[in-house]
Amino acid sequence: MPTFVYMTRCDGCGQCVDICPSDIMHIDKTLRRAYNIEPNMCWECYSCVKACPHQAIDVRGYADFAPLGHSVRVLRDEEKGTIAWRIKFRNGKKDMELLAPITTKPWGTAIPQLASEASPGNEMRDSELLFNEPKYIRMDEGGLHTLESNGLKLKEGVYY
Amino acid sequence: MAYKTIIEDDIDVLVAGAGLGGTGAAFEARYWGKDKKIVIAEKANIDRSGAVAQGLYAINCYMGTRWGENNPEDHVRYARMDLMGMVREDLAFDMARHVDSAVHQFEEWGLPLMKDPKKGTYMREGRWQIMIHGESYKPIVAEAAKKSADKVFNRICVTHLLMDDGKENRVAGAVGFNVRTGNYHVFKSKTVICGAGGASNIFKPRSVGEGAGRVWYAPWSSGSAYGLMIEAGAKMTQMENRIVLARFKDGYGPVGAYFLHLKTYTQNGLGEEYESKWFPKLTEMVGKEYLDTEGQHLSHKPIPTCLRNHAFISEVNAGRGPIHMVTMEAFQDPHLEEIGWHNFLGMTVGQAVLWAATDVDPKYENPELTTSEPYVMGSHATGCGAWCSGPEDVSPDEYFWGYNRMTTVEGLFGAGDAVGGTPHAFSSGSFTEGRLAAKAACKYIDDGKAEGIRVSEKQIEDLKTRIYKPLETHRVYSNEVVAGSVNPNFINPRQGLDRLQKLMDEYCGGFGVNYMTNEKLLQIGLKKMKLLEEDMEKIAAEDIHELLRAWELHHRVRTSESVFQHTLFRKETRWPGYYYRGDAMKLDDQNWHVLTVSHRDRKTGEYTMEKAPLYHLVGDE
Repeated sequence: MPTFVYMTRCDGCGQCVDICPSDIMHIDKTLRRAYNIEPNMCWECYSCVKACPHQAIDVRGYADFAPLGHSVRVLRDEEKGTIAWRIKFRNGKKDMELLAPITTKPWGTAIPQLASEASPGNEMRDSELLFNEPKYIRMDEGGLHTLESNGLKLKEGVYY
Repeated sequence: MAYKTIIEDDIDVLVAGAGLGGTGAAFEARYWGKDKKIVIAEKANIDRSGAVAQGLYAINCYMGTRWGENNPEDHVRYARMDLMGMVREDLAFDMARHVDSAVHQFEEWGLPLMKDPKKGTYMREGRWQIMIHGESYKPIVAEAAKKSADKVFNRICVTHLLMDDGKENRVAGAVGFNVRTGNYHVFKSKTVICGAGGASNIFKPRSVGEGAGRVWYAPWSSGSAYGLMIEAGAKMTQMENRIVLARFKDGYGPVGAYFLHLKTYTQNGLGEEYESKWFPKLTEMVGKEYLDTEGQHLSHKPIPTCLRNHAFISEVNAGRGPIHMVTMEAFQDPHLEEIGWHNFLGMTVGQAVLWAATDVDPKYENPELTTSEPYVMGSHATGCGAWCSGPEDVSPDEYFWGYNRMTTVEGLFGAGDAVGGTPHAFSSGSFTEGRLAAKAACKYIDDGKAEGIRVSEKQIEDLKTRIYKPLETHRVYSNEVVAGSVNPNFINPRQGLDRLQKLMDEYCGGFGVNYMTNEKLLQIGLKKMKLLEEDMEKIAAEDIHELLRAWELHHRVRTSESVFQHTLFRKETRWPGYYYRGDAMKLDDQNWHVLTVSHRDRKTGEYTMEKAPLYHLVGDE
């Protein structure tokens, strides 16, 4: 496939179409439900699987090397800040559940609005520093590394 | 065709392609350009686009200077050794001295970075890598970019850069089309930061049929960074430096955490350690500077990745495959086993799918490894890309023309895969390069360098006609045949891609020929590229989605042509294990301890090649 869409679960909301990085999730015009139009350009990145509000999208491993009968399912929850996985082996001998955090802060709240930061002065503009540097590099100790500060010089040619 | 033309005018900073490089650029541009108009044009949806779309389980470039772990020059030494001496050390130093600040920001933004409970530092996977729960890495940095940009245009396939009609060799924006509506988008801009991607799928992949998308690097990385910049006339460097990856077989799951953190190791089909036995002979080919079989443990120089590939490839060719990753020992520890699986789920889910499908439990079975098809990129462990200016305080004259990360086209800047000679930037380094480019782009505008830019109606209309031509070709000729995809007047994008991959594989050193090529093969390949170029004028697209594939193919073809030219020019095997020039097997430091630089004439399409001097930072230690 590798992604495919269960007919009875999809309501054609288009969230998978909106998110697919490879532009291969499309809405079937007759059925008004989503499907993968170009399986051989699918990376199994699971972006659409994670985005689907109805868990209507699943993945079947690539036919050129993956036998049938396995399952890797996912639930991503931005409010809880977690992602949960369930992996079932083809032979039924392994059935794993794994959980990982996706953020440590309430979603999207901790990113600064640079438009409301104080404007950088001319000295800052003329320096090699970026926003919030050197604070963010050495945590207030010392300045930006330069060749001079690090006792270096560039030399052409021969290999050392 | 009734597609509307939508013009976005008066842009100061246009970010073309918003992966990690582009998001860094858009974010930082707002700080230096409070009143500037910052616009993003992205082929997919910025929340999940670029190579980091599905996540990452490690940040592979973090100095840890605040913990006293590394200084920037340590990283430069590492990168230049891994690349057999070939790195733009000014750019690498510059990236490395800023990269920690990007990582510290990611932590503040909520990216979960794992901590070492004893030291209080970030948990190291290796000397340069730290471990993260990075499933949402891309959505988090996308949020930062969205907060800074005036407008984000998702689903715009940028096909060409606009050039200033008032002044030679100056950029003036970009054009493309919306892959949903089909509308033609014109972005008139004073500067462009090219954050587009490197090239997957230019060499025939090992996967076939339905699985053809199972490549190591994202299949949507279509070499647009190179296609756009080469056509604009930017000089390119190190385009011969393609990379081949050792990965878990078929799924291309990452091996970094396995080697470095889980302490797994490889063995051949007989259960033997094989790597070291290939090194003495290889030392004769590359010299002791790069591979010192007796003194390696004393010098602590890392063995370049390509040379380890060479051992892998040679052992398999000798009939002692398959190469296995020994996981059975490490996976007896439940904690390490969990990390092994999380590592896939965070960045290459396909590998977990494969093991579940084939009942490979690495706790009880050592999985197979393979070497991938080659890729062309500038952000991972290889340094293809544009020839860019370095920073004022570090770069020698030959490497400095005023604005950090500006290409040889005025007003055109690069980040991530677009910048040549800066391997080992990975995600954090690409984001950092974007930030550096954004500051420089704002300065370029403030210095008055972007005054008087003019874009003629003719240029806009000519490009429009050119972009939609594949749809027109299909409309005109598709009814000449009863049905199907076989037509004497055109080929479709998939057929074109298949042809490109086959000829790159066979003539330019793909896996099908054990990464081997020579001057004669390259010459034949170039001749065939010329014919493919003629057929590119006859590409047909049935719909807007195929039009997207047609332009992706166009960028891949342009990238491939450059790879051919560079590989032909560098008459030595600089990176055995990535590719071999059978007619020049030995490293030739006397003639080729230099960077290669190409220029494609915008009007004639002719290439000129030159050597550029290589500058080193002092000493090995």
